[in-house]
Amino acid sequence: MLKPFDVMLVGVGGQGTLLATKVLSKAAQKKGYDIKVSEIKGMAQRGGSVVSQLRLAEEVNSPLITETGADVILSFEKLEALRWLSYLKPEGTVIINNQEIAPVPVLIGVAEYPGGILEYIKRKVHNSEVIDALDMAVECGNPRTANVVLLGVLAKHMPIERETWEQALEEVVPNKFLEVNQKAFAAGYNL
Amino acid sequence: MKELMSGNAAIARGAYEAGVKVGVGYPGTPSTETLEIFSKYPDIYAQWSPNEKVALEVGIGASVGGSKVLVTMKHVGVNVAADPLFTLSYTGVNGGLVLLSADDPSMHSSQNEQDNRYYALMAKIPCLEPSDSQEAKDMVASALELSEQFDTPVMLRTTTRVNHSQTMVETTDRQELANKEYIKNPKKYVMTPANARGRRVHVEERLQKLQQYSENSILNKIHWDDTKIGVITSGISYHYVREVLPQASVLKLGMTNPLPAKLIQDFASKVSTLIVVEELDPFLETQIKAMGLAVHGKDMLPNIGELNPRIVAQSFKDNNIEVNEKYHNNEVNLPDADAPTIPPRPPVLCAGCPHRAAFHVLRELNLTVTGDIGCYTLGSLPPLTSMDTCVCMGASVGMAHGMALANPANKDRTVAVIGDSTFLHSGVTGLMDIVYNGGSATVLILDNRTTAMTGHQEHPATGKTLMGEPANEVDLEGLVKSLGVKRVQVVDPIDITKFEQIVKEETAAQEPSVIIARRPCALLNKEPQQPVTLDVNMCMGCRLCLNLGCPAISEKDGVVTLNAIHCNGCELCISVCSQGAIMKGGQNNA
Repeated sequence: MLKPFDVMLVGVGGQGTLLATKVLSKAAQKKGYDIKVSEIKGMAQRGGSVVSQLRLAEEVNSPLITETGADVILSFEKLEALRWLSYLKPEGTVIINNQEIAPVPVLIGVAEYPGGILEYIKRKVHNSEVIDALDMAVECGNPRTANVVLLGVLAKHMPIERETWEQALEEVVPNKFLEVNQKAFAAGYNL
Repeated sequence: MKELMSGNAAIARGAYEAGVKVGVGYPGTPSTETLEIFSKYPDIYAQWSPNEKVALEVGIGASVGGSKVLVTMKHVGVNVAADPLFTLSYTGVNGGLVLLSADDPSMHSSQNEQDNRYYALMAKIPCLEPSDSQEAKDMVASALELSEQFDTPVMLRTTTRVNHSQTMVETTDRQELANKEYIKNPKKYVMTPANARGRRVHVEERLQKLQQYSENSILNKIHWDDTKIGVITSGISYHYVREVLPQASVLKLGMTNPLPAKLIQDFASKVSTLIVVEELDPFLETQIKAMGLAVHGKDMLPNIGELNPRIVAQSFKDNNIEVNEKYHNNEVNLPDADAPTIPPRPPVLCAGCPHRAAFHVLRELNLTVTGDIGCYTLGSLPPLTSMDTCVCMGASVGMAHGMALANPANKDRTVAVIGDSTFLHSGVTGLMDIVYNGGSATVLILDNRTTAMTGHQEHPATGKTLMGEPANEVDLEGLVKSLGVKRVQVVDPIDITKFEQIVKEETAAQEPSVIIARRPCALLNKEPQQPVTLDVNMCMGCRLCLNLGCPAISEKDGVVTLNAIHCNGCELCISVCSQGAIMKGGQNNA
């Protein structure tokens, strides 16, 4: 019996959530899960808030996770972690990339990027992890692999073995970027 | 082989496997990828048409010619294609024809919410509703069979969650089928009143036969369990029901027009309480009530927006119906009152987007802008806030004329703004109308050389087809001149001084005019552009650059920063900077 697992990837258009979703879906399939993935990506290239929902179980009904339903939320951006926090199970885990991307209302000065997000989440959520994925990705050799660093961190929290993840990565990522992505995944996984 | 596929990919696959030879449509979320994916299969032909009406007409022709056909569009596209659709119902088909209507409950990327099942009811054609990708694939084949067996077009009605969710699909090989022979048959294909009266009878007889068919069709399934609650549902709602009420008996309708009355009555007679769970309008519920059955539906569930398991569970709980344990306690505790305020993250015009320059100038000139459908509709949002209306594809042009009819003084202050793809879709006739009826409106065509909003589809003025073949490029200047517009100017909107001058001239002119603001979409250019540089010592904090709403420019603690990764080097900010603090190229400060 495979353990049901609901995970959300949230971030800002252009951060690579779609690739991370692909690798995760591939890994889940290899593990033998039935899987349903729901993405609203129409605005992905327009800098809007983006979210992928992945539901894993022997048999999945609804493709949607609703509030208080996610075992893990992997947030590629701080503010988005807060925005989607209502979707976390009370005992769930939130993994947050320590990066700020200001939304337009903040850019133009009609709203403020809130301070104290990490402190708030640490105070209220029992299981939270903050990752400097961008720095780690730069260390691995390409800032664009921050998404895969985060995936490596997520992998530890999921009932899927490391080899399965690595095979999935190999199948999804184009060859010429594979090595740096493997490094990024390992960096996240070994953290 | 089993694969994870979106509903759209599954529909494309289904069409390929079932032997569809011709696919045609117009891009529109959430339908777009269907035809894009279909176009990549071998031994098929696929094309974008200028609009959905043309697409369906091409589809009808291909069907009459003997091919199996897939026609794709979003829900509002069916409004455009409604004219041929209603008479196609009379002529029927030769090769099977499936019309994909991709509805968008909750308006993720649409200007309205409409329940297109009513089109099937009104046009008296079958409607199939898949609930996941496997069904989406399988129902294309079922729809084609029904189409040929009953001589009717078939609507495959999906919703965003079905189109864009990915679920597992079992694929098979393509059925290679010969085209059907075309046989001349004016009584069937020439809908003059005399012939149409004959076909009108066919439509009613067909509907009765289809109704018989639906009674025993495997498209409609019953999941028997506890009979205290019986749910009738269709599409994505089925999965919400199974999740929330795993113990209830469920009649899942895969065919939602015409309805299997006997099957429904039989199901109703065996359950204590009957509930219809459907998104949007009470389409099933109203018809089931008309069968004389006592049924709950919209008295319990919302008729606005998408459903989800949580909404369904709450509706049941409010009516004292036992739900899945998982949904017993749904209280949301976080983020609570202590949480920092969360600013919204609306979509934004990309860095380097030519529309930003155009709307900056329209805002400076304080013009009334009748707008249209595309990325540029984002010009209505702060800080540009320079769009006054947005109704439907092409409406900007007719509305600018109408504004001036209401009050001639509006003329000099109004401009219609429309994209290149949208202009070709349905702006041309509006412009023809302005010239013909002696109007003097100014139409601004934002020509970014693509259908950007839906993900860069080709159109008749890009010089390329959906299948990647070189094609004729519509000469927009020549086109508008041929309609009788004498004042036509072409300008790159990034040159805001020149652009502003032209807008002033043309809105002042007492005759129809067209400005073509031509600059390719920033995302079309894959070559990295040199980002601009800001000299922070020269910056006096006037915020003029920030007021462009460019995602590459931000301010923190009074210091303006340019983000080199996001900057596209369009140099618009250089033009607006009051201090000359922003410079071309070089190293920047972020």
